[in-house]
Amino acid sequence: MNLELSGSVLRGEFALELQLTVSAGQTLALVGPNGAGKSTCLSVCAGLLALARGHLVVGGRVLDAPAQGVFVPPEARRIGWLPQQPLLFPHRTVQDNVAYGPLARGVPAAAARVRAEQWLERVGLAGYGPRRPHELSGGQAQRAALARTLAAEPEVLLLDEPLAAVDASARRELRALLHEHLGAFAGPRLLVTHDAVDAFVLAERIAVLEAGRVVQIGTAAELGSAPRSRYVADLVGLNFVVGAVHDSVFTAASGATLVVATAIEGAAVATVHPRAIALFRSRPDGSPRNVWQAPVLAIEAVPEANRVRLGGPLPLVAEVTPAAILALGLAVGAVVWVALKATEVQVAPA
Amino acid sequence: MRPLRSLWLGVPAGAAALLFGLPVLGLCLRAPWGELVGLLAQPAVAEALWLSLLSSGGATVLAVALGLPTAAWLASGQSRLRTLVRLLVLLPIVLPPIVGGVALLAAFGRAGVVGGWLAAAGVVLPFTTLATVVAAAYMGMPFFVLGAEAGLRSFDARYGEVAATLGAGPWRRFWTVTIPLVWPSLRTGALLCWARALGEYCATQTFAGNLAGTTRTMPLLCGVAMENDPGRAVALSLILAVVSLVVLFAVRRGLEVGR
Amino acid sequence: MPCSSASRARAVRWAVAAALLLVGAAAACGGARAATASVRVFAAASLAVPFAELARRFEAEHPELRIELHTAGTPQLVLQLREGAPADVFAAAAPEHMAQVEAMGRLAGAAREFARNHLAIAVAPGNPHGIQGLADLARPGLRVALCGPEVPAGRYARAALAKAAVAVASRSDEPSVVAVVTKVQLGELDAGIVYATDVRGPAVQGIALPREHDQIASYPIAALAKGGAPFGAAAFVVFVTGPVGRAVLQAHGFEVP
Repeated sequence: MNLELSGSVLRGEFALELQLTVSAGQTLALVGPNGAGKSTCLSVCAGLLALARGHLVVGGRVLDAPAQGVFVPPEARRIGWLPQQPLLFPHRTVQDNVAYGPLARGVPAAAARVRAEQWLERVGLAGYGPRRPHELSGGQAQRAALARTLAAEPEVLLLDEPLAAVDASARRELRALLHEHLGAFAGPRLLVTHDAVDAFVLAERIAVLEAGRVVQIGTAAELGSAPRSRYVADLVGLNFVVGAVHDSVFTAASGATLVVATAIEGAAVATVHPRAIALFRSRPDGSPRNVWQAPVLAIEAVPEANRVRLGGPLPLVAEVTPAAILALGLAVGAVVWVALKATEVQVAPA
Repeated sequence: MRPLRSLWLGVPAGAAALLFGLPVLGLCLRAPWGELVGLLAQPAVAEALWLSLLSSGGATVLAVALGLPTAAWLASGQSRLRTLVRLLVLLPIVLPPIVGGVALLAAFGRAGVVGGWLAAAGVVLPFTTLATVVAAAYMGMPFFVLGAEAGLRSFDARYGEVAATLGAGPWRRFWTVTIPLVWPSLRTGALLCWARALGEYCATQTFAGNLAGTTRTMPLLCGVAMENDPGRAVALSLILAVVSLVVLFAVRRGLEVGR
Repeated sequence: MPCSSASRARAVRWAVAAALLLVGAAAACGGARAATASVRVFAAASLAVPFAELARRFEAEHPELRIELHTAGTPQLVLQLREGAPADVFAAAAPEHMAQVEAMGRLAGAAREFARNHLAIAVAPGNPHGIQGLADLARPGLRVALCGPEVPAGRYARAALAKAAVAVASRSDEPSVVAVVTKVQLGELDAGIVYATDVRGPAVQGIALPREHDQIASYPIAALAKGGAPFGAAAFVVFVTGPVGRAVLQAHGFEVP
């Protein structure tokens, strides 16, 4: 039972090119900046939007193929969709909500109710059946929505930022719950998220969607070691600069240059890990080939380190220990010397 | 500043209360209270009351049956055709009722656009009780469509999308998700339609005629009474008002209990 | 709501402007009234057309007077008079209604009969159903209507039918002769009983009733007390009952006493 999506869909004035495959038992996380088309991709899979070109095949069954005039409506696809907002039907009890799917598929009322009770227990909402949706907290509502989606026994699961509407304290619990149920789900799973942690925890593979096309698919490790866009780099915390390299000199778009160790020529992207950047109070004298002065724009504390945002012609983020901040007397507005070894700059063709 | 603000709101509100309250007070002062109950026993009055309830109820049923699909279509998008249809449907609100009656005759009268064919098929509308239903529906349906379209437009389509992914087809979605969620607008629209239909006078008189037992609804009976016995007209008006309130109250309670 | 002196000054300015506007309007109206006096005439619906012409001719003869003509079903006029509507002249379609107004104490002088009308059966031009008299109106399947019994025309019609011993099931009690004629013209009714003066146009054909069944409608006219123009009222009544008025009424199909 695989999900294969290959095609384009029109959204407003531009087209989204979508290309991805998810195998049974696998979770693919869709990440990307706002407006990239992640939710649109889910809508296409769910049948809420039609492809303009291409095909969508699930388990060998063609669900959407405009060239052949095939379009299976959402109620006939067995695809579960968990939207960003729980969207529990406000006029029905929680139990009736969860039983809605089975009832729609023809399960007799009594059996549907029993199934609903079972699923509510599995998501930790035993006994919440008679309540109304407005009586549940954000996290509880999302769990009820998960139960509702799973009770319909879909073949594919689509989750649209399931943790976005939940506050921080409930998020960890809900992530654990999702991890458990996703793991137990036999079919392919597609998860849209903004949060890198969600993606890394819940998914085996990550697809990055930017401006309507998939720019990179791979495991977290693959993305981390060779990011192909600024977004991916930011996602995994790397510095990312676009420019061109010639004769081992990388020239950024802003005009700044870096000496690099590579044989690549032409348009390229350079990535630098924040930890590879060293900061000094006075001009350092040593082996690093890239040394320059830059103002400190901001200092952010992250667990066990501090990220220092540097300005100037080559804006970068450096990671230093809190002790180093004190020793250097770093403060916003101070000017520091930056050193970067040529070998620490990873260059990849653009 | 608070006392001053409530003065600014209180004065116009008080004026409005007077505008609506004084006519009711005037009616109550003129009513022959002793005869009210006796009037109900009169066959002419009971007949007219029954006809009023029948025609207004029938008109509301007709208005909902035709108006709900219309409102659903109007709410489903924007187009020039929709704008035109919406204008036509709302026309009876601005039309003077007597013009509405003449328009109905022009369409469904014996010599009307459609009426000729209807007559050939043996169906003649004017001077029948059915005509009172049609006239009342014509004047009342715009209120229902107005309210229903507004409710349907404000309906969050995502609920329908979720229901679809759970396996509900369009029909099931409409009845189990859309209608329950827009129910308050539908209920208000239907009640407004019914109230308008109950009070319909000129269009009924022109299109359906004025015959005791067949087409003489309460408003028409009041009109006849006005000509020669104003006290009786006042009494009949009060009876109609009380009956309307009772029905309104009962229907609202019934609808709420059923939810 | 800030009670600053600036907003208060603005409110005062608006109030003064409004007051000036009102005073000016009143003065203008008052001025207009001083130029011509209005005589308000309440006339039965069947008198609408002849009285419009009478009003024009009266105004031509009396340039300082203006006629305000209100026509409606006679019972409705009586209702309005009972509720205190200001009027100077009342012309009714039946003596009973004049008596009601007299009982209110609103007459300024004795009422006089100034016109008479006969009944007629209104049918579509060409008389497609071949109606000859009242007896034909009882034909089954024929769509006939009368005015309601509270309206003079309706009373007269029922009296005529009773005299002819014909039972007619009226489809509806129409509010006025105009409504009956209109529905005959539109084809909704095959026949109706109205006044002879209502069937004179080309759109509808009239069938006269034989003398023994016919009802004579007697139209009284009187000047009303407590109107705004007693001199004008009396002058108009004299005009209507005088030679010019009689000629106009006859030209429109009425009989004059």
